[in-house]
Amino acid sequence: MWSVIEQIFPYAVVFTIPLLITALGGLFSERSGVVNIGLEGLMVIGSFTGAFTIYKLQEIWTNNPSVLWIGLLVAFICGVIFSLLHAFASINLNANQIISGTAINMIAGAITVFMARNITGSGNVRITKGFQPFDIPYLTDIPIIGNLIFKKTYPTTWCILLILFVSAFILYKTSFGLRLRACGENPHAAEAAGINVRYMRYIGVMISGGFSALGGAVIIVTYAGEFSGTVAGLGFLALASLIFGQWRPFGVLAATLFFGFASTIANVSQVIPSLAVIPPILLKIFPYVVTLIALIIFSKSSQAPKAVGEPFDSGKR
Amino acid sequence: MKNFLISLLAVLFGLLAGALLMAITGHNPLEGFSYLLEGGLKNPERIGNTLATATPLILTGLSVAFAFRTGLFNIGAAGQMLIGGFCATAVGLSFDMARPLLLLVMVLVGMLGGALWALIPGILKAKFNVHEVVSTIMMNWIAYWTIYYVVPAYFKGEFLETESRRLPETATLKWKLLSDIFGGSYINLGLIIALVFVFIVGFIINKTTLGYELKAVGYNRHAAEYAGIAVNRGIILSMLISGGLAGLAGVVQYAGNASSIQIGILPSQGYDGIAVALLGANTPIGVMLSAVFFGLLYSGRGFMSAMTDIPPEISDSIIAIVIYFAATSILIERLLRRFKKPLSEKSKDPAGGKKVQS
Repeated sequence: MWSVIEQIFPYAVVFTIPLLITALGGLFSERSGVVNIGLEGLMVIGSFTGAFTIYKLQEIWTNNPSVLWIGLLVAFICGVIFSLLHAFASINLNANQIISGTAINMIAGAITVFMARNITGSGNVRITKGFQPFDIPYLTDIPIIGNLIFKKTYPTTWCILLILFVSAFILYKTSFGLRLRACGENPHAAEAAGINVRYMRYIGVMISGGFSALGGAVIIVTYAGEFSGTVAGLGFLALASLIFGQWRPFGVLAATLFFGFASTIANVSQVIPSLAVIPPILLKIFPYVVTLIALIIFSKSSQAPKAVGEPFDSGKR
Repeated sequence: MKNFLISLLAVLFGLLAGALLMAITGHNPLEGFSYLLEGGLKNPERIGNTLATATPLILTGLSVAFAFRTGLFNIGAAGQMLIGGFCATAVGLSFDMARPLLLLVMVLVGMLGGALWALIPGILKAKFNVHEVVSTIMMNWIAYWTIYYVVPAYFKGEFLETESRRLPETATLKWKLLSDIFGGSYINLGLIIALVFVFIVGFIINKTTLGYELKAVGYNRHAAEYAGIAVNRGIILSMLISGGLAGLAGVVQYAGNASSIQIGILPSQGYDGIAVALLGANTPIGVMLSAVFFGLLYSGRGFMSAMTDIPPEISDSIIAIVIYFAATSILIERLLRRFKKPLSEKSKDPAGGKKVQS
């Protein structure tokens, strides 16, 4: 059993990371008071712009690893820009945030494939080379966790984990974080305290755009290697992780790890004898059923930001 | 009237944005649009195909719009459609009955399947106040994986692993007479069913106590409760009806337009239903009109991409952008107000002293 866990752990982590960063983005948006179900679309934007940038740059500098980092950066910036559509609709125009988010998903899904077809004809954008997994020297010798955590890791994994810690610090230990959270809990009190609610919500949505796009691009440079038009519902899974993790950074980490494991187990169950006895359908629907059950359990004690989803009306005090 | 104007402007902006997209990718927008129109309307067959493409969209649009009227956002039409289509397909492949009876059973079973799939989010919303957006998304993926494994296990296709066995001609909604009128198009009885349901849904919403109560719940849940309306029952009932309509969309898609069910894909009509409902301002007639418009964009795109280099996803892009403009209708309203202002007298201006001279 242990060797099975040792085998699948690196894969589960690789699968968790894009979910984690996307859910973390969603956390910033929702903590500032804006529901963002456009995470899926923003991930698609990131995976397209990331893949396209890397694809173009690898034609010039074939074996330069910094190309991949540039791709991630470009994806981040494009995600921020694209999320402005959602921010504008839900903050300035008081639009229904769910509809706006749905529109974001649809626009992203359609336009990226449209562009990709214009560029490559097939609609797929393939990068020649992504990050290669590596073992961290010395640290792999640590008993038990060494083989789990430090084997076959990607540089992006550590980068995203760093972002997680920095985010938690910003949210809970800085005045900016306090203000951001205040805008999601009680925007009128926040405004009375001199905080520009609209500005803070813009920041929240833009961070969610950047992070989700980064998540989409991480998929490209780690396990996918190719943009194919969708991210297969990962954005929605990130949304579920956000609720599962009760809008807290480390809760989100735990939730995404759970989803990462559940999905990886479902994906590899056929080749691992001890898992092959379970019908694959059960493994596949497991994360979603658990989410539904979790939603019921948390329904009484939900930690959701109180003003999330409500358009801010300064006069409605 | 105002809603109609807003929708029309949203469509106009969407088409303009589509033209812009074509232009910046180096294509000729006028050429693109004329082929798109030709592809959808050139001859009776193509008109028939356009209407057939619109058929499931009408039903998913009605599904989303109906839930919307009760203040519920049914984002799970895709999953309900898949389950409804699967139930009908399973009946069609398993039973041998007189054709009218078989089709009737298939339609009913399909609606039932969709309704039951929507019942779970309905109950979760009513009893535990779980947000229906998240729960219906989860149900979508559960439906996706259920179909993914159940179809190959029990109804595997003869040639392809990824789809079910084909339904015999008698177990589909195909109707030779209608098809012949439209020059051999794959238009089928589904269209007539959809139109009947446009009428039925309109009747329920506008003329019955149930419709009135559901709308009251949608406008203000607490006020409705205070007025003695059983809010929770209304929420569950609304999700049931909404799911039933989406399930029916699955029947007309998989046993009408097509004759087998594919695995590994969530039907795009589910999401598009949101777009259709929004553009149609959640009224049955509006839903029908916008579904036909989207049907035109979808059925004409094949011809367009065959005649030009423009990728077919231009249609999806246009629809998505239309929805963005429909969602931000307040922008269009402001625009309209600015155009109207010079016509009205200054003293009537509601903004009064705050008005900025333009």
